[in-house]
Amino acid sequence: MDHASSSAPGRVVLALEDVGKSFGAVAALRGAQLELRAGETHALVGENGAGKSTLVKILAGVHGPDTGRVLLDGQPVALADPAAARAAGIAVIYQEPTLFPDLSVAENIFMGRQPLLPGRRIDRRTLARRCRELFDRLGVALDPDRPARGLSIADQQMVEIAKALSFDARVLVMDEPTAALSGVEVERLFAVARSLRDSGAAVLFISHRFDEVFDLCDRITVMRDGQWVSTDPARDLTVDRVVRRMVGREVSSLFPKIDVEPGEVVLEVRGLTRRGVFADVSFDVRAGEIVALAGLVGAGRSEIVRAVFGVDPYDAGSVRVSGEELRKGDPAAAMAAGIALVPEDRRQQGLVMELSVERNATLTRRWKLARGGLLSSRAERAQAAEWSKRLQVKAGRLSDPVSTLSGGNQQKVVLAKWLSTEPRVLIVDEPTRGIDVGTKSEVHRLLSELAAGGLAVVMVSSELPEVLGMADRVLVVSEGRLVDDIPRARADEDSVMLAATGQGGTSAGAAR
Amino acid sequence: MSAPVAKPPAALPEELAAPERTGRRGSALVHRLFVVRELGILAALVLLVLVTVVANPRFLSGQNVRDLLLSAAILTVLAAGQTMVIVTRNVDLSVGSVLGLSAYATGTLLVVAPGTPVVVAVLAGTAVGAVCGLLNGLVVAAAGVPSLVVTLGTLYAFRGLDSLWASSADRLQINAADLPSGFKALGGARLLGVPVLFLVAVAVVLLVGWYLRTFRSGRELYGIGSAPEAARLSGIPVGRRVLTAFVVNGALAGLAGVLYAARFQTLDTTAGTGQELFVVAAAVVGGVAIFGGSGSVYGAALGALLLTTIGTALPQLGLDPFWRDAAVGALILAAIALDRALQLRLAARLRGRNARRDR
Ligand SMILES: Nc1ncnc2c1ncn2[C@@H]1O[C@H](COP(=O)(O)OP(=O)(O)OP(=O)(O)O)[C@@H](O)[C@H]1O
Ligand SMILES: [Mg+2]
Repeated sequence: MDHASSSAPGRVVLALEDVGKSFGAVAALRGAQLELRAGETHALVGENGAGKSTLVKILAGVHGPDTGRVLLDGQPVALADPAAARAAGIAVIYQEPTLFPDLSVAENIFMGRQPLLPGRRIDRRTLARRCRELFDRLGVALDPDRPARGLSIADQQMVEIAKALSFDARVLVMDEPTAALSGVEVERLFAVARSLRDSGAAVLFISHRFDEVFDLCDRITVMRDGQWVSTDPARDLTVDRVVRRMVGREVSSLFPKIDVEPGEVVLEVRGLTRRGVFADVSFDVRAGEIVALAGLVGAGRSEIVRAVFGVDPYDAGSVRVSGEELRKGDPAAAMAAGIALVPEDRRQQGLVMELSVERNATLTRRWKLARGGLLSSRAERAQAAEWSKRLQVKAGRLSDPVSTLSGGNQQKVVLAKWLSTEPRVLIVDEPTRGIDVGTKSEVHRLLSELAAGGLAVVMVSSELPEVLGMADRVLVVSEGRLVDDIPRARADEDSVMLAATGQGGTSAGAAR
Repeated sequence: MSAPVAKPPAALPEELAAPERTGRRGSALVHRLFVVRELGILAALVLLVLVTVVANPRFLSGQNVRDLLLSAAILTVLAAGQTMVIVTRNVDLSVGSVLGLSAYATGTLLVVAPGTPVVVAVLAGTAVGAVCGLLNGLVVAAAGVPSLVVTLGTLYAFRGLDSLWASSADRLQINAADLPSGFKALGGARLLGVPVLFLVAVAVVLLVGWYLRTFRSGRELYGIGSAPEAARLSGIPVGRRVLTAFVVNGALAGLAGVLYAARFQTLDTTAGTGQELFVVAAAVVGGVAIFGGSGSVYGAALGALLLTTIGTALPQLGLDPFWRDAAVGALILAAIALDRALQLRLAARLRGRNARRDR
């Protein structure tokens, strides 16, 4: 499929005209439009639940539009199923990774398109080689033969990206591909996206990170409540103007960090080691303090916090909460001691997709809400409603299954679930992944307030502005070690990035 | 949760400097675990045979082994087909009834037209099974009804059809005397001392195993079972593949019916009753994940062989037949525990592999 070279730059390859799509009573799209030209990178922005992913799924042939038309090269087409969209040269990276956990990474990438030997037999050698070539292009160090099960979210996303690239498509659609990635990976992805654009492909990019949008994209389409708002060249726009169009009002994207005098040490991690993953990690977190773990994807940040919470094992070291040592590998004990972990992978670790929003939001605190062992659904509902409102969850009804929510809104439910447990130590792994500007500053305000109220917060984040804006201290992790401990006053982009890439590290070693 | 034994703190710098070297070991590790899984069944089998031989040296006599292989042949063919269905996250509970129907149909054909060549009889029985599989598959794939429910229904429907046919044709039982000798010879035929029926089963297993591993559509069956939604999104024709799996499984159940007719030569409408659960048990013991996506047909075949061996070995050990069921139950539980343990181990190892150098 070598469509890319066939289209002249600037020609409209794919367009949506006045597209509407409803799910039951929810109108996800009403009068959406989009126009993708050959040789352009096009951004699609909008709040959580604005309908971006729904639009993507229409382009991908997953959903058929209720009204309106899809035009390919100016001709109306019916993209009846994903296979039809692929045949038309449209490659899609979905917001949620869609991998086969039991199959190898290479098979995941080439499923249905494996290179063949005579007699239609799969050519495994070529399969592994082509996969390795793709990974080299993306700078990924994954083994093509390992199963997809157990990949970190970032690696899953890299596999999805490799899959989309392998199509050699004329239209590449990426729904929040960078949400789990840190700067270095994003740069590499963008380099590949630009080279695709330069060879004549159209690239559609969705993100809640505006620096990326302006960095990569030539034109920006804004959506609000399922409707098209505007499409303009990026150079005619500013972040503030885009945000105003998205939200329909002024939003301050500043992080309202409250300065707090830290109290007692609440969380004490000493010499935590897991062979081959991280080593000799020691740090303290005081009440009222927000400590960020920064570093590249794969540096071991998520693994460290998972071990602290007890979902992963460790080989040596100790974790203390208010002086009490925690049993290792026992998340129930960690929860009882007042630790909460908001995991990175919401689909697999954070939510029960079939259950309702309210059930999910209160899953961790059902015992507290129970009266005499019986669950009070009124109390449950009231709790869920309160947290959903504070986090501005956009859902049809709270009794709808979580799987029908937009990606960002699912993330909010995960947050609600853990915040409502009223923990003493809150560990959040990528707290604002996929969350839109308005809610992002709301989440930051919430974290900051909770810290001011005496909560100790450990935050893993790949988003540097978030780290710099929120953290009292930045612990930089590089290749499984804490290489630096930077206080707020000294933390800036350069100091963190240098330490993260192993070039800085003035006060290397443990941070106590 | 998984809490492997604490290892002594390691000498770290080298360990940590090496993540990219762990890459190749990832696949080796997975491969090893699968081999461990199949070797485990093999070891259980060898152990069982050894114990039985000690207790009763005639257990390994030629005739005894041949009988064992003949019984295993039928279950193995069924298990091969069932594996194809289970990897797609479905199950076919009607195979016992399909076997019965096909055996009866084949028998009837041979009684009515004794001149029918053996090959034609085999094809006819297989075709009957394929039609049954097609029915199952159509309802599952097109109507989207869970296969458990559909095939539970057809389990009774096919059996009922069998009885209805037998009573309306006034031929409740077909005896060896009614069958042509050419066909009966098939049951006892040997090649180099090995029963031909067993060789047929081996051929079926090898073919299905080769297909599942080597062809795109075979891999897609695993994909469908591993993540149905992802399969849909990646453009796999899910319905068509599932339908195919059911048809092939039905055809193999039909073939098993012919093998049954050739081996036992006395057919009534109860042939194959209860086999469905025995087949699923064989697959599970053989490491085929009941939720789809993983497991091999070789494992399932070994599972079938093991279960059959238990059935013949226990009486030789002087144990009550009741123990057979208990042993099968214990085996299933052991297999599930083993799979779970292996999976946790694998998950723990693989998770560590996320931490890798990125430059
Ligand atoms: N399968 C579905 N069933 C019911 N409602 C749905 C379904 N899919 C999406 N919706 C609803 O449609 C609306 C738009 O969702 P969509 O996923 O397109 O938002 P989005 O712009 O991608 O948001 P985000 O930035 O959070 O990813 C939401 O209100 C969502 O709840
Ligand atoms: Mg979305």
